[in-house]
Amino acid sequence: MIKSYKTKKRISAFILYILVIIMLIFYIFPFYYAISSSITPNSELFSRSIKLFPKNPTFKNYILVFTERPFYQNILNSVIVAGATTILSLIFGAFAGYAVARLKIPGKVAIMSMILAVSMFPQVSILGALFQILRSMKLINTYPGLILPYIALNLPLTTWILHNFFKEIPISIEESAAIDGCSKFMTLWRIIIPLSAPGLVTTGLLTFIAAWNEFLFALTFMQLPEKYTVPVAIAMFSGKTFYELPWGQLMAAAVIVTLPLVILVLIFQKKIVAGLTAGAVKG
Amino acid sequence: MIAIFITAFFPLLKTFWDSFFSFGLRPGIPKRFIGFDNYIRLLNDTRFMTSLINTLIFTAISVSLEFLLGLITALILNADFALRGLVRAAILIPWAVPTSVSSQMWKWMYNDQYGIISQILYKLGFLAPGTPILSDKWSSMFAILAVDVWKTAPFMALLLLAGLQTIPSELYEAARIDGASGWKQFTKITLPILKPTIAVALIFRTLDALRVFDIFYIMNKAVETLAVYNRHILMDRAFTGAWFGYGSSISVVIFLLISIFAIVYIKSLNLRFD
Repeated sequence: MIKSYKTKKRISAFILYILVIIMLIFYIFPFYYAISSSITPNSELFSRSIKLFPKNPTFKNYILVFTERPFYQNILNSVIVAGATTILSLIFGAFAGYAVARLKIPGKVAIMSMILAVSMFPQVSILGALFQILRSMKLINTYPGLILPYIALNLPLTTWILHNFFKEIPISIEESAAIDGCSKFMTLWRIIIPLSAPGLVTTGLLTFIAAWNEFLFALTFMQLPEKYTVPVAIAMFSGKTFYELPWGQLMAAAVIVTLPLVILVLIFQKKIVAGLTAGAVKG
Repeated sequence: MIAIFITAFFPLLKTFWDSFFSFGLRPGIPKRFIGFDNYIRLLNDTRFMTSLINTLIFTAISVSLEFLLGLITALILNADFALRGLVRAAILIPWAVPTSVSSQMWKWMYNDQYGIISQILYKLGFLAPGTPILSDKWSSMFAILAVDVWKTAPFMALLLLAGLQTIPSELYEAARIDGASGWKQFTKITLPILKPTIAVALIFRTLDALRVFDIFYIMNKAVETLAVYNRHILMDRAFTGAWFGYGSSISVVIFLLISIFAIVYIKSLNLRFD
């Protein structure tokens, strides 16, 4: 009886591990295949056989990506746009989130629903109007022309998550600060911000990843190859002729832009999950 | 707050306004008020109707598959096994990869000459060698569905996992003592408690799927979604003729479609915000 219970348990553990392995292969294989393809020389890559490992690995594709195209510039564009978006969203989001969490303003529920409504927005619905506005402000092909819409897209979520974090901070801390002669602004800067640092890191990461990955606006508002952000540069990847796409190079580029994100995700996994669920489950 | 109003609501109002006019982005095309003509034209536009149907098919299949796979993944991740933390982190990778990058990664795997998926399908005899997966309407629809499910099931799984972890284990123990089977425990305990989480996850994914753009735009031209068609009219054709008002009316339709889904969902699942 006891023995059969043990074997039963062992079998279910075995099945569980098999399931875990299948799941891992499913989720990780495409990324692995991109890495493997990126270090495979073209002669092997363009052969009609199933190739899981390169026989003669080479880093040529990684060098070519930077020498044959403005990829370095594309990365720089993405860093500037995503970085500025993150910092500015955090600043505005902190003020807005704090205001919503603390101040007793009429129609708070209405404001929060409005914020949520914006986060459910179909981007394409404002694409045309935004394009006209940015064009009349001469912001097409400029960094602010992309940063402004990104802030608008991300601010709702930033405000929402930060508001959740601010709510957790006991109000008595602020009251004692006020008694000690701290102004509202000083309280926010000196006490609330340091206390909610984990929230800011989480929110910042989510914003950065969102801005780094955004495609539709980047495609529409940045129309010169040297102004492309990374996702657009990768989508627009082309070879010397129409028929031969340099897949090895393309995969190298894919790995280069994904690796930092993968590292960020692996390091901050817990925070990201907490932020995602705070942003989604609670509202 | 004001910033959100200026950058989100104002363009939306402008889109509504523009949809009642006939005009283009090239200078010299006069702006004419035409009322609801653009909307009437949409009804007779087969390309619009096809893209609408494609979007709905894509949404229905992708959300249900993602939910199923996400739930299975969440249940696996909730079990006890070695290196669980690392596995959970690894699951997030597809979510973090930019859509345009994952689209290209999969496009390479689908390549009709050298792609690994194509090669495997040829070897197994599912496809005649040399058949391009991404040029046929239905095979490319399923190919794209696979990419979307791969990319977003982890997100779904993490949301559901967060919900699973709030369920106290005493409930399962009590059920086990009462002799409830695993399946019964799942349907009588897990699912009911998980319901609000499931609701939120479904809302988010449905709204995302309805506005899908990146994957379809990058992967092929055989199937078109509403967003892809909309951008084509707004950006590619607005410079050649009086298409901009027409494009705006498509934008409005997408906006209304998503709003309707959002409202119906929130009402029917009885969710309370704030």
